[in-house]
Amino acid sequence: MSVPKDIRRISDTVWEIPLSHKAGMLVPARVFATEKLLSEFDDGVFEQITNVATLPGIVGHACCMPDGHWGYGFPIGGLAAMDPECGVISPGGIGFDINCGMRLCLTNLTYGEVQPHLRTLVDRVAGRVPAGVGVEGTVRVSRDEFCQAVEQGARWAVKRGYGWMEDLERTEEEGCLRGADASRVSEKAVDRGYRQIGTLGSGNHYLEIQVARAENVFDPETARAFGIVLPDQVVVMFHCGSRGFGHQVATDYLRVFLAAMRGKYGIHVPDRELACAPFRSPEGQDYFAAMKCAVNMSFVNRQVILHRIREVFSEVFGKDPKDLGMRQVYDVSHNTAKIERHVLEGKPRELLVHRKGATRAFGPGMPGLPDIYRKTGQPVILGGSMETGSYLLAGVDTGDSTFFTTAHGSGRAMSRTAARKRYRGRQLQEQLEQRGIYVRTASWSGLAEEAGGAYKSIDDVVEATEHAGLSRRVVRLLPVGNVKG
Amino acid sequence: MTPPYRYLEGIATADVAFEARGATKEETFLAAADATLNTMVEDIGTVAPREGRVFSLAADSLDLLLFELLQELVYHKDAGRLLLRIRDLRIEEAGSGYRLHAEATGETIDSGKHALLADVKAVTLHRLVVERTPDGWRAVVVLDV
Repeated sequence: MSVPKDIRRISDTVWEIPLSHKAGMLVPARVFATEKLLSEFDDGVFEQITNVATLPGIVGHACCMPDGHWGYGFPIGGLAAMDPECGVISPGGIGFDINCGMRLCLTNLTYGEVQPHLRTLVDRVAGRVPAGVGVEGTVRVSRDEFCQAVEQGARWAVKRGYGWMEDLERTEEEGCLRGADASRVSEKAVDRGYRQIGTLGSGNHYLEIQVARAENVFDPETARAFGIVLPDQVVVMFHCGSRGFGHQVATDYLRVFLAAMRGKYGIHVPDRELACAPFRSPEGQDYFAAMKCAVNMSFVNRQVILHRIREVFSEVFGKDPKDLGMRQVYDVSHNTAKIERHVLEGKPRELLVHRKGATRAFGPGMPGLPDIYRKTGQPVILGGSMETGSYLLAGVDTGDSTFFTTAHGSGRAMSRTAARKRYRGRQLQEQLEQRGIYVRTASWSGLAEEAGGAYKSIDDVVEATEHAGLSRRVVRLLPVGNVKG
Repeated sequence: MTPPYRYLEGIATADVAFEARGATKEETFLAAADATLNTMVEDIGTVAPREGRVFSLAADSLDLLLFELLQELVYHKDAGRLLLRIRDLRIEEAGSGYRLHAEATGETIDSGKHALLADVKAVTLHRLVVERTPDGWRAVVVLDV
């Protein structure tokens, strides 16, 4: 592992790699990390974030979050804002799993009330939210209906009874990126996605029953505003994305951009995964409209999954989900590109913000937040490993250095192959059960790959975001039941 | 028998990278297709040849031709819930690029029969390479899982 020799310490948690580091860099790169996390970064992070700094139209800094790790094109944890008039859009800055994100739902139940039913809850949710390789969902739609769904987003699902109207205002972009155009999406993408609404996927995707213990509430006032009001309150968190639909949209446009980039637009990038096109070009606008469909598919997917969770809790406890207090806290995306207004060099500007494995974290009072969170700042949901727990954070008004962006999770520290060699799925499940965490998995080796030891410490990541002024801790949430994709 | 591919460490932490080898381009492509299937299924021998698919693909370069072939396997895994093995494959030069004709067989995903592993989301271009070696050909592929 080698941290670049020319990296400069800006503060205890902000590091800068200068323009002189690599030919073609248009802005410096900034890495947000404690010294410990910085020393743990893999080499690919530095190579990739300095490659991002060469993309046409990039402004400010190319940034990497504290949970950054080696991806393709951008590092995971990468952030780049472009001038939409002269800059590019790159699928590599968003990821194949467009709008992969997190959703958190409350209950008014305590752990003591849930514990006797934990196995039943996990088993039934696992039955109702299909997970694993190539699974189909339980919502049957025609291809045409699917195209309507991806243009309308979560509202489509709520209109069909999958959720509550108030869920929409508690979802980033109210669950729909406007301008989604299904005619910009390939038949193949629809083929892959239209049967997958309401599915979890696999890899690091999961659905977890968690507990907010009193000693893990860092900011009681904000926690209350977010709905965490009881000692040992049970919540449900899940992590998934746009499934095969989004993956195909990204693949299709990677091909388009690769062909157009060099010949038509004369753009040269250091890595083909950074394939891009001018944002205002026909290719750029087509991708943006298709990507929005994938963003919306993901909101639909999480909306339906939330509905299934409410159904299961309602059945097990014999009460209406509303009487169980199953309100959504928020839904955040960590793989997107969006047009947002930010202040750059003292002037308000419209920017195209790419976030790949990075979460929007708007501070108090910012436009785009629902009234309920205007005072607190945006709820930010950070998923940790199934062993170590997750966090609910809040956006802060000092987040402008990253265009109000923070981390998205723990970040992997160990490859999947290495994790499979070190851990055994069945053994891990038994160990977790002894610690009071009941896990259902679609794949034993997949479970081993997601062992807590394969990840960085989420506490370190969260501490770094807080010190760097990107977000602040509200509650740490501990897992007690987990459905692993 | 040792499969003609191996999974690689230290390329993309969260994803799956492999190297496939063969005496010919065709053998290398077949090995890469099996490595992709093996990322999703623990024992690719459990995938029975019940259904067939034919692929005719073209690309400007060999690495992009492999990208197109593996992407077909990923597509069918979702679109038809089909796990496919390439049984026969021909590659020929066509103008300034390459053309591929492949026949694949396989069956619908059955979690009772197939020990499933990770769901492959996409084939990436990250460090994608198909190259000649002193004793044949090798390919390196990173899959997004």
